[in-house]
Amino acid sequence: MALTRADVEHVARLARLALTDDEIERLTVELGAVLEHAADVASLDLVDVPPTAHPLPLRNVLRDDDVRPSLDRDEVLAAAPAAEDGRFRVPRILDA
Amino acid sequence: MSERPVEAARGDALTLAASVRSGNRRARDVVEEHLEAIAAREGEIHAFNVVLADEARAAADAVDTRVAAGEDPGPLAGVPIALKDNLCTRGVPTTCSSKILEGWRPPYDATVVQRVAAAGAVAVGKTNLDEFAMGSSTENSAFGATRNPRDPSRVPGGSSGGSAAAVAAGFAPLALGSDTGGSIRQPAALCGVVGVKPTYGAVSRYGLVAFASSLDQIGPFAVTVADAALLYDVIAGHDPMDSTSSPAVAPRVSATLHDGASGVRVGIIDELIDADGVEPEVRAAVERAANALEEAGAKVERVSVPSVIYGLSAYYLIAPAEASSNLARYDGVRYGLRVDAEDVGAMNARTREAGFGREVKRRIMLGTYALSAGYYDAYYGKAQRVRTLIGRDFARAYESFDVLLSPTSPTVAFELGAKASDPLAMYLSDVCTIPTNLAGHPAMSVPYGTGRDGLPVGVQVLADAVQEPTMFRVAQVLEERA
Repeated sequence: MALTRADVEHVARLARLALTDDEIERLTVELGAVLEHAADVASLDLVDVPPTAHPLPLRNVLRDDDVRPSLDRDEVLAAAPAAEDGRFRVPRILDA
Repeated sequence: MSERPVEAARGDALTLAASVRSGNRRARDVVEEHLEAIAAREGEIHAFNVVLADEARAAADAVDTRVAAGEDPGPLAGVPIALKDNLCTRGVPTTCSSKILEGWRPPYDATVVQRVAAAGAVAVGKTNLDEFAMGSSTENSAFGATRNPRDPSRVPGGSSGGSAAAVAAGFAPLALGSDTGGSIRQPAALCGVVGVKPTYGAVSRYGLVAFASSLDQIGPFAVTVADAALLYDVIAGHDPMDSTSSPAVAPRVSATLHDGASGVRVGIIDELIDADGVEPEVRAAVERAANALEEAGAKVERVSVPSVIYGLSAYYLIAPAEASSNLARYDGVRYGLRVDAEDVGAMNARTREAGFGREVKRRIMLGTYALSAGYYDAYYGKAQRVRTLIGRDFARAYESFDVLLSPTSPTVAFELGAKASDPLAMYLSDVCTIPTNLAGHPAMSVPYGTGRDGLPVGVQVLADAVQEPTMFRVAQVLEERA
């Protein structure tokens, strides 16, 4: 299952990366090599083995529903690339 | 056998803290000595992204004021500490060595940063790393590589290379790093210092910029095992701010540090000591370490942990998959870099293209692919099942053994540039450290003699979850007999 240039372009769109032609070229080779190495895992028959997502057996860790101070809004917005009226400012998200 | 880093001349953390607490030395003088050491050699080593000289002086003065007032500033009183630059520090730049976070000043401190400050430690700087902790040489930094203080033509390892180099160069007796697949232990080995990856959940990750959340753990670097134990005892423990922090009490390690290795069952991991690429001098160091433990009364045998041979492949699917999700937050909206564009989608994509370096893009792409429709079961799903196998094999081994031994890194420190153009060769640097992260267990690297070209070798001591006290005891014996 060789990785193609079209695969890499598709994945770049999913990952929101505006890659250059050179990068797409190089990543097609490099990712192909890593996936080839991963073939040892991909070819194992493990249908009877459950997956492990996480090393700790913790579930639904919740705190008490008490109101408590959060980060200061102005301080948080001061670190943003653009802010306006107490909110993050972004370019247009809908077609005009 | 191995020569001590120059740090010995400025004192270990235990000695420094004791002399500051008793009023025999001023914290200010201690920090000035270390700032002088930094000024003398940082230009050559580049351990730091930023040196916090003024802040360190102010923090040291505050410690001295407390001592003068008859108060106890804590177990790390006046001890300089270097912080990996992926730990959030309020008002102080936290870059992850990435252009995408250049100039960002977090509005809060990581829990570990609060804990070391509350214990009296003095932060002297934020250390360089492979961008977002992705790498094994600290060459993948947007701000330039760090060099190994033992031989500046070599890499310090990575990703916590700046923290390891800072301790090895005597810039600070203690440092904090993070370890996702070996990022504390491997640089510790290459720089000839002690590095510890605690049990997953033992140390709060609140304020650690996330790479692979089911694998990341913060841990100590130090010149001595006793100093690493001192720092571990300060940072370990439950934190309600991290939902993956274990609510169980993390056992303290300093109290039993000198209990010796008599009767301890030690297993040398077949698959790791005989792994491809392990240098003969490194293998010999592990064998000598095992003999030393036997002389100290331990029972040493070989043990097979068969599925660890799949660790590397599983890791390079799981860690990038988690990273591709975690790094989705760098979208040019809330912090860091933005490259403007006509609509929000183009802005996201151009910001990420401009802000991320080559290795980070590689991992995001790999992880996105492994999680994408049609490939999830074949790659990510399979890797998670391998993770179960590795956990089972370790559980079986720990029925018969208290600790396991292996090399930390297959090789001693390599030349800058030697593996920079071959991602797979670089990934192999972590072959001995990765299985521990997949299992969520603790492991540490202890300097044990030298290998090729007289460079330091690290021996890895692995233990079952929350068995840090036994792991540290064994490490202490190794240090005494190195």
